[in-house]
Amino acid sequence: MTATDQARTSPAVDGGREKANAFVGLSRVMLLGFVRDKGTLFFTLALPLMFLVLFGVLYKGGGTSHVKVAEVGQVKLLDQLKDQKDGPLSVLEITTFTDENAALAKVKKGELDGLVSEGPDGKVVLRFSQADQVKAGTVQGIVNSLVQTANQLSSHATPAYTLDASKVEDDSTKPIQYLTPGLLAYAVSMGAVYGASFTLVTWRKKRVLRRLRLAPISAGTIVAARVVVSVIVALAQTALFLAVAQLDFFGLKLTGNWWLVIPLVICATLAFMSIGLLTGSLAKSEESANGMNQLIILPMSFLGGAFIPLDFAPSWLQDVSRALPLRYLINPAKSVLSQGGGIADALPGMGILLGFTVVLSAIAWRFFNWDDA
Amino acid sequence: MTEAITADGIRKRYGDVQAVDGVSLSVSTGEFYGLLGPNGAGKTTTLEILEGIREADEGRVELLGMSPWPRNAKLLPRIGVQFQASAFFNKLSARETIRTFASFYGIGPKAADAMLERVGLTESAGVLTDKMSGGQAQRLSIACALVHDPELVFLDEPTTGLDPQARRNLWDLLRDINAEGRTVVLTTHYLDEAEILCDRVSVMDHGKVLKTGAPAALVREIDDTVRIRVESGMLTVDRARDLLTAAGAAFSNLEDDGTTLALSTHAPGPVLSMLAEENALRGLEVRGATLEDVFLQLTGREYRA
Repeated sequence: MTATDQARTSPAVDGGREKANAFVGLSRVMLLGFVRDKGTLFFTLALPLMFLVLFGVLYKGGGTSHVKVAEVGQVKLLDQLKDQKDGPLSVLEITTFTDENAALAKVKKGELDGLVSEGPDGKVVLRFSQADQVKAGTVQGIVNSLVQTANQLSSHATPAYTLDASKVEDDSTKPIQYLTPGLLAYAVSMGAVYGASFTLVTWRKKRVLRRLRLAPISAGTIVAARVVVSVIVALAQTALFLAVAQLDFFGLKLTGNWWLVIPLVICATLAFMSIGLLTGSLAKSEESANGMNQLIILPMSFLGGAFIPLDFAPSWLQDVSRALPLRYLINPAKSVLSQGGGIADALPGMGILLGFTVVLSAIAWRFFNWDDA
Repeated sequence: MTEAITADGIRKRYGDVQAVDGVSLSVSTGEFYGLLGPNGAGKTTTLEILEGIREADEGRVELLGMSPWPRNAKLLPRIGVQFQASAFFNKLSARETIRTFASFYGIGPKAADAMLERVGLTESAGVLTDKMSGGQAQRLSIACALVHDPELVFLDEPTTGLDPQARRNLWDLLRDINAEGRTVVLTTHYLDEAEILCDRVSVMDHGKVLKTGAPAALVREIDDTVRIRVESGMLTVDRARDLLTAAGAAFSNLEDDGTTLALSTHAPGPVLSMLAEENALRGLEVRGATLEDVFLQLTGREYRA
């Protein structure tokens, strides 16, 4: 064997080093392709983040709305209770008016929920709008209870019944608590589905796949590089979302096992990538891959509860959403991020997501082609 | 000398089309070999079967003593393949592209940069591949095929779409590659290119090899009519015919289109001396048969899609 022959064969002999190099080289290519493509950056990072900010602002305060009441003139009943903190008045937002007609106009327009004034003989007059029935009921109930309390106080009698109310763990979901995992899941699905499908379609179309096939690297190396890059992208999305959601303005509070969102996101990335593998194997062009991806991601996001909570959706819709991987990220992520959920909440979701990965990848493999010719 | 490639009776059918219909060929180590043929002749499919991208329906192929199908990881580092369309990654510069390809073969960035230098792309190393000119892209594509120092190189129409300067530039590169002892297999539409570069060519059509040999030998084999042209106005057609007949020179297709007086002959000697005596040599052109004539004679003149 001559010296040049030896030089030629040495890379193949040194198999371990070669594999490491090819893996690093491929990962770098994919990462650079992602970072340098403004369109991809926008759709996987900026757009979902814009949704988070937009929905966060829209829904902000939705869960803590006060009942707004106008106090026309002096109302002894209200003044009497005003000093008590945490008293019945804490749910009322009271504005003082001198002009009854002006206040009445505001009630009619729905800007105020009710108008309280004092009639003769200690009569408390409440006027409200029926426009919002829930608010109408609430304002009646509150004012009525105020009257009862005041009556009871003035009679100096010991009440026969007392109410002992105490707070339990707050299970009600604030918008940011479902918006964060929902929109994060949407972002991760966009990144992973598009990452896998566009790599496949573009590389096939530009004959890069064929060129790779003629290089001494295994399909496993290519897949591993793609998985690592997609996971890096997904974790970057996660970090960005959690950082923004925890800003004082949005007010997400993480609970103890929030880190479980990391393995959840990794499993979900694999599941979404297998969707991209399937569309990338079926589609002949970027345009048709894009169409297929949107056709899957958008319904999956709505049905999976990425934008709006599904609690009030009809049960058949819930059943449909169970056939799509997204909800198995959103629900466990919601639980572990801010509702004190633990491993028991995350594990089933992770298992189901990995199940999706296996099944979808197997289907994709059947349609896979190195070449479009 | 050992054979770098031997193919024996390879066939490939796509549906109703018999793309390759019993091709046998052999290429010696260190040879510059050309595969010629009109569009749809089966060149590309033949090349793909040799490279190991496609499986032949029938027949046997050996590259460097090994079978290229199924995918043979031992063989891959020893062959280099350049495709018609530039197979580059998105959003990568020339330097990043060749370094990536080098990494697949365990080759470091220094050697990759040296190859870039060799094809004259050092100055445009930072240019994104989709912003490169046709010539630059072709040179990068060849560099990527050579970066791992292969013994056997396949080039599929490497000069298509290049301007004359870029083509000649690339020819020099290809000659150097071959001079270093590498076996080169080239497909091309340009017969002048094949004539200049190749030691041996095969002309293919309808999935078969019609003729194989050194370009000069193939040209000599065909009816070697010489076409002679001079400026018109120095000699009338009638006078030329009379003088030639008197001299006993055989000729045909004597015509004058107003700018050029032209004729074809098997015996250019008497015709040229007649023209010299008449002092009618201005604008003289003497053109013998070329590989193009061989090609057209073998494959016909009808238009191919």
